[in-house]
Amino acid sequence: MSVNPVLELRDVVREYPGSPPVRAIDGVTLQISASELVAIVGPSGSGKSTLLNLIGTLDRPTSGTLLIDAVDTSELTDSALAGLRAARLGFVFQQFHLLGGMSAVDNVATGLLYRGDTKKSRRNRSVAALERVGLGHRLDHTPNKLSGGERQRVAIARALVGDPAIVLADEPTGNLDSRTSEEIVELLHGLHREGSTIVVITHDRELAARLPRQVTVRDGQIEDDERDPSNHDCTDHNGLIGATS
Amino acid sequence: MSGATMRIPRLRRKRRGPWRSKLRTVDMFATGTVGLRTRKARAAFTALGIAIGIASMVSVMGISASSRADLLAELDKLGTNLLQVRPGQTTFGDAAPLSADAPAMVRRVGPVQSATSLSQIKTTVQRNDAVDKDDQNGITTMGSEVNLPATLGATLASGRTHDEASVRLPTVVLGSVAAQRLGIDNVDDGPRILIGGEWFNVIGILDSLPLNPDIDRAALIGLESARDIFGVKALPSAIYVRTDPAQVEAVRGVLARTASPGSPNEVDVSRPSDALAARAEVDKNLQTLLLGLGGVALLVGGVGIANVMVISVLERQGEIGVRRALGATRSHIRNQFVVESTLLSLIGGVLGVAIGFGVTTVYARRQEWLVDLPMQGLVFGVAAALVIGAVAGLYPAVRAARLDPAVAVRPAA
Ligand SMILES: Nc1ncnc2c1ncn2[C@@H]1O[C@H](COP(=O)(O)OP(=O)(O)O)[C@@H](O)[C@H]1O
Ligand SMILES: [Mg+2]
Repeated sequence: MSVNPVLELRDVVREYPGSPPVRAIDGVTLQISASELVAIVGPSGSGKSTLLNLIGTLDRPTSGTLLIDAVDTSELTDSALAGLRAARLGFVFQQFHLLGGMSAVDNVATGLLYRGDTKKSRRNRSVAALERVGLGHRLDHTPNKLSGGERQRVAIARALVGDPAIVLADEPTGNLDSRTSEEIVELLHGLHREGSTIVVITHDRELAARLPRQVTVRDGQIEDDERDPSNHDCTDHNGLIGATS
Repeated sequence: MSGATMRIPRLRRKRRGPWRSKLRTVDMFATGTVGLRTRKARAAFTALGIAIGIASMVSVMGISASSRADLLAELDKLGTNLLQVRPGQTTFGDAAPLSADAPAMVRRVGPVQSATSLSQIKTTVQRNDAVDKDDQNGITTMGSEVNLPATLGATLASGRTHDEASVRLPTVVLGSVAAQRLGIDNVDDGPRILIGGEWFNVIGILDSLPLNPDIDRAALIGLESARDIFGVKALPSAIYVRTDPAQVEAVRGVLARTASPGSPNEVDVSRPSDALAARAEVDKNLQTLLLGLGGVALLVGGVGIANVMVISVLERQGEIGVRRALGATRSHIRNQFVVESTLLSLIGGVLGVAIGFGVTTVYARRQEWLVDLPMQGLVFGVAAALVIGAVAGLYPAVRAARLDPAVAVRPAA
């Protein structure tokens, strides 16, 4: 295990109020190191999305500690967390969440908007990010003129454009057919080989099995944490962080 | 006592951390246009509400400014230095006639430039003897002096006015309304009318006198011919006094005493231009009413914006969640929606000012007024739109900013 994990959860609990309250995450301890490609897998309702929102600081734990870059996020203000997300995290959502009426480049550039970059630098980096996900020929297309797979590629480019410490993807292939899903999984593998740290949430065991590490979640608890030796060829890419731009 | 102390839980002060969100000002305004660009039809309809409110208020301001400008120009031309003396009533309510020498006494007052008297003569006016004598068309016969046109600034539509010679002959000058009612529009072929059964040559027709509508309805004959032909010595029923413009109030103060030294309270002194000026005041009441209606329209427009923004925030939860995930702070989200509603309202405001100015121009041209587009209308329209937009957007914007990002990014159930 890496000495300096990018991400660390210590006994994290998330309880939704109600009668009775729902313990969606029930004492999760987990470390993820730089350049890992991790699947968080589990059946529907097991707490995967809740876990991803916690890791992404969109939600706060009821108890327990979440450290990102060794900083205790529970001590940060709401706007400091926003700054953390702008600088260190990238998100990919199942339903893409692209902004309609905006070109692919502009959508990707939104990933740099809240970092105060100039418009010109945002555009240049977005073009590069779109080329990286194989959409260099679709720069000025609006989402309604793109296929589902292309939309998810734009969303992935948006998550990557700021060189985040971790990319968090919640069911990135959930709205795609099997062939397109395949392409997206290939893309994630490619990005991982280039050094990106990626956490993929999925209920699909087959998809999870193809990633180097699988964390199995059930009823808000980690049931299993497996590293696949055959996929392990990528862990020696630790030194490649920052080489993604 | 016991040494136990109350343990006050200390609030852990949150830290700002090593990372900072930053949105450039130009980008803040740009994010505020996203919603408008992607929902153009809705934006247009929402802005229209504000446009209607602003347009109606700016039109009211423009139209009343144009009408006032026109009225003031007219007053300027007519002069505000004309006073009128009329017989009043005794304290017992009986008519108190002016004395025959009142005009001469008035002329002796220093700042009086000229004065002219009119004396009503009870008689009949007919186009010819086939017309019923009782049908007077509201035309009054007046004995007048030669200096009447000069004193009142009257101009001729046709013919000439009395001179020292014609004033003693059976000649008549008609007011504009009187001429029209008698069916005479020029004096080219020497028209004649019957006054008190005697034929009079019509030698002139006056243009309308806005300050002296009673002269418009008069048949003016010379005081001398009135005496010679009808044998009556009519007493003045009105004296018009043109004064030094700087001394109007001073003259006004002494006119009653001068015209009737024995009983000054039995004389009515007035300034005919006051009636015209009062029209501007009457307009002001109407203006206030219309401005109020415009204000209601604006309020409705503002509520419309707030409404649309609330709906927009509900529809755009996903966008809000993504922006928060990409690093937007609560204030960034709040500002985005405040800018959006303010821009929306501003578009309506600018459109409204343009429509208002257009309506003013068309209306004023129709009325043949001077067109006066008040700058305060522009300033008001833009400022009102800005304030309404910001206020209407604040509540939806705060709601958007308070959305829980974890809930906002979840697919709608
Ligand atoms: N906002 C919420 N309020 C109450 N319960 C919630 C909320 N979000 C999720 N849950 C519950 O938490 C559990 C885990 O949900 P979720 O994290 O979405 O699971 P998964 O993504 O694995 O399907 C479920 O029982 C769900 O009903
Ligand atoms: Mg889920």
